[in-house]
Amino acid sequence: MNYWVVIGVSFCYLALLFGLASWAEKRSAAGRSLVSNPYIYALSMAVYCTAWTYYGSVGRAATGGLSYLAIYIGPTLMAPLWWVVLRKIIRICKVQRITTIADFISSRYGKNLLLGSVVTIICVLGIIPYISIQLKAIAGSMDILTGTEVASTGSLFADSSFFIAIGLGLFTIVYGTRHVEATERHEGMVTAIAFESLFKLVVFVAAGIFVTYGVFNGFGDIMHQASRLPNFQQLMTFEAESGYAQWFWMVVLSMLAILFLPRQFQVAVVENVNEQHLNKAMWLFPLYLFVINVFVLPVAFGGNLLFETTAVDADMFVLAIPLSEGKNLLALLVYLGGYSAATSMVIVATIALSVMMSNNLIMPLLLGVPVLKNKYQEKITTILLYSRRLCILLVLLLAYLYYKGVAEHYSLVEVGLVSFAAVAQFAPAIIGGIFWKEGTHSGAMAGIVAGAILWFYTLVVPSIVGVGMLPASILTEGPWDIALLKPFELFGLQGLDYISHAMFWSMFFNVSLYIGVSLLSRQTSQERNQAEVFVDIFRYSTVFESSIVWKGTAYIPDIKTLLVNFLGERRAEIAMKNFHRKYPGLVDETGKADPKLVNYAEKLLAGVIGSSSARIMVSSVAKEEEISIDEVLHILHESQQLISMNNELRRKSMELRKATEQLRSANERLKQLDELKDEFLSTVTHELRTPLTSIRALSEILYDNPEMEQEDREHFLHTIVKESERLSRLITHVLDLERFESGKQKLNLAPVQMQEVIAESVEALEQLVQEKNIDLVVDVQQNLPLVQADRDRLIQVMVNLISNAIKFCNPVQGKIIISGYFIDGDVKVNVVDNGKGIDPEFHKQIFDKFYQARNQTIRKPEGSGLGLAISKKIIESHQGRMWVESESGKGARFSFVLPVKVTAPATV
Amino acid sequence: MTKSKEKLKVLVVDDEPSILMPLEFLMRKNGYQVFIARNGTEAIDSVNKELPNVVVLDIMMPDVDGYEVCRHIRTKDGMNDAKVIFLSAKTKEADIKKGYEVGADLYIPKPFSTRFLMDKIKELSES
Repeated sequence: MNYWVVIGVSFCYLALLFGLASWAEKRSAAGRSLVSNPYIYALSMAVYCTAWTYYGSVGRAATGGLSYLAIYIGPTLMAPLWWVVLRKIIRICKVQRITTIADFISSRYGKNLLLGSVVTIICVLGIIPYISIQLKAIAGSMDILTGTEVASTGSLFADSSFFIAIGLGLFTIVYGTRHVEATERHEGMVTAIAFESLFKLVVFVAAGIFVTYGVFNGFGDIMHQASRLPNFQQLMTFEAESGYAQWFWMVVLSMLAILFLPRQFQVAVVENVNEQHLNKAMWLFPLYLFVINVFVLPVAFGGNLLFETTAVDADMFVLAIPLSEGKNLLALLVYLGGYSAATSMVIVATIALSVMMSNNLIMPLLLGVPVLKNKYQEKITTILLYSRRLCILLVLLLAYLYYKGVAEHYSLVEVGLVSFAAVAQFAPAIIGGIFWKEGTHSGAMAGIVAGAILWFYTLVVPSIVGVGMLPASILTEGPWDIALLKPFELFGLQGLDYISHAMFWSMFFNVSLYIGVSLLSRQTSQERNQAEVFVDIFRYSTVFESSIVWKGTAYIPDIKTLLVNFLGERRAEIAMKNFHRKYPGLVDETGKADPKLVNYAEKLLAGVIGSSSARIMVSSVAKEEEISIDEVLHILHESQQLISMNNELRRKSMELRKATEQLRSANERLKQLDELKDEFLSTVTHELRTPLTSIRALSEILYDNPEMEQEDREHFLHTIVKESERLSRLITHVLDLERFESGKQKLNLAPVQMQEVIAESVEALEQLVQEKNIDLVVDVQQNLPLVQADRDRLIQVMVNLISNAIKFCNPVQGKIIISGYFIDGDVKVNVVDNGKGIDPEFHKQIFDKFYQARNQTIRKPEGSGLGLAISKKIIESHQGRMWVESESGKGARFSFVLPVKVTAPATV
Repeated sequence: MTKSKEKLKVLVVDDEPSILMPLEFLMRKNGYQVFIARNGTEAIDSVNKELPNVVVLDIMMPDVDGYEVCRHIRTKDGMNDAKVIFLSAKTKEADIKKGYEVGADLYIPKPFSTRFLMDKIKELSES
């Protein structure tokens, strides 16, 4: 493939990243941030999968078999523990505005300057080889793709990998050093990284599918064919000697790497916007690892089979296979996928390293030398930015040189593991630091330095020997012929592979010294304070400003000037306003700064220049007083009590609020019930007044007019009797209803025959039916099962339904059909009339008390207005149901069902 | 009313037959000319047709209620001097107040005294 096409495509891809990042930053500026999405967060974590994964895993699988898997098993095992470890680290960093792993360690151990610098140097030493293998992978893939050696052998200016390094540097500078405050999130960068993670996954899986199903006939076919390869057996099994140790140490190594690699720390901790995003990442990230590994073995063995006779670097199989099959487009995409895997690592790692270097190496230098400090104090932010940018270029340059000098001689995985082992040296100090309050600065320093020396001696020295810069006798005979000091068999330890060997010794000394020296040494008060806050971060995180014990005198104007110098006029102004909003009433007339303000300012500075430099700056403007550890602990203890008291109070007031809420709703309910009762009462009295009015008026007339005609007199008396009946019926109904509603109504349950109930009810109304000339049909199934019921009550219901039907059926040609049958375990009874029907919207309301009486559009009934309400209550108290089906103009059908088996006599 | 004047025209409105019956009897016995309406619509028709001097009016009726009928009477030409007496089972203060607001001359709660009602009709018709 044409060399310039590949170069062109590579730069187009880089341009795409620029575009994506700037788009994301614009969105975020417009308030529609992409990074507030947990999927972006989880994807950005997949920056873990670099060119090492993309190319190296296949290479490793082709030559070392299953062992490539170990470094994915580690992170997968670690993911569930994130909730315990990573969440705590995130919270600590948020609260203390920590931006790098060096700052984290230095901050925990009393904001110690030297410790931060040491960690930074180890990081730089450890990570530069890692960056260099990314450059190597890009250059190597380019060679394969173009079929030349141009990429790696020409002069510096013809060397494309050099330009690629420069291009990456530019991207990183533009999107990684926008603001001085390293706690500012790099949304553009994170979005680009997440995109790259997705891209490399898709392309790798596509290539895997192509190899597995395009070139071969699926997994089975590849494995079957591969089984005849001479080393197959060995690749697919553990070596008896060191196999298990190797697996164990690789898993441990990668568990630590996923937490402490500077780039992982950057995306997982610094760029985290929401702790809850961890929940998603905890399953999504392992899933990502799984998917990207599915096709590693097929591609590896496929490559072994296809290139059995030709010499092709196993690391490049994934690219070489599509190319040899003539799939140039796929090959180009695969190349870009690898390119994206490499670039994402380089970008994030250089940002992390540059912040570390500027905050932990350059700043202390600048601020520690009084001449420099006074000269540049005003321009500090500019210097900071430029120093970071220079660091980025420096890191890339070093990586390039390392690649040229050393990395070319080793495989991707070999170099990568050396980096892993370097950052693993931070594990005791960090893990101990967040769970063990007794860990001291001296212990951390001793452990890290010892671990680093052993790492250097057992891993880096041999690699220098390997490229011929040191005599080989160091490996074979030991330095100065001391066999006990042979880098691969230190103190005579044999039988481990070199990584396990290095990890064993470095960790052994690191952990022992960390614990041992910590127990023997004393903490300063500041250290103790940080230890308390780190270990108990979830208790202190809301009250950071008062959790740091500080005693001394500082003046507000000095603090302000400090902030202005490092944050700029505008941001300093905002910061002061925020502080006053959080702690109103802390303005001292004398101009003395409250300790809370000092802590607040120090925290802000830490976000810009790192915690130890911030400490130096603050102490330079304040007269601090020495505090004893006892005092620190005492004050912290008090503030802790305050916090728990606060929590208690908050809990109490929550309970109170809940209780109030309940009371209020209960009151509301009572009020409603009261209103219902009022309404019911006023309706009842109104209904009582009507017959009473008639009776009184008629009686008075009778009394005043003794000479009345006999006929009139009889008519009046008859009406009085009827109205009295109406009155007593009404009273009976009201009392009935009241008893049902309050649950006082007792039912005399006995087996009842429904036919009899219906027959008896019809008989009671026979005369009325005949008078009105209504056609009444009774159609009840023979041998209906008995229902357990109160017979008189059922008759009451039936009479009510039938008299309603009589009242409302067609006045000229009335027809009523009563049917009863057994269905679905119930006895069902229907009363159908041919009246004008009921509009469906009233079907519920007609069962309400006094519905007809209240609704004046319906003719006032002759009944009490309570019949249906009572009937429904009666049926329901028998565990049955009553309803109506009707349409306007088509008659009405009232139905009820009663269960044949009533388990227990029920009240309403 | 025994005077040689024309007979007083009284419209009695109620949807309860058992109440209309005594009212009709009382009016007749006192020598008034009685008209009867069983709901609001009939009442309005009767008002328009007969222009009664006194209207005894129930409030709660199907279709048009008593308040509405009273409003109609008050806007009707030739009904300026007509007296309206509400006779209602609604006894809440708000209901009574509303009755006077729509233009009633008197509001008598049910159940009522027949003598009181007749005295008032007489009083109002002579004033």
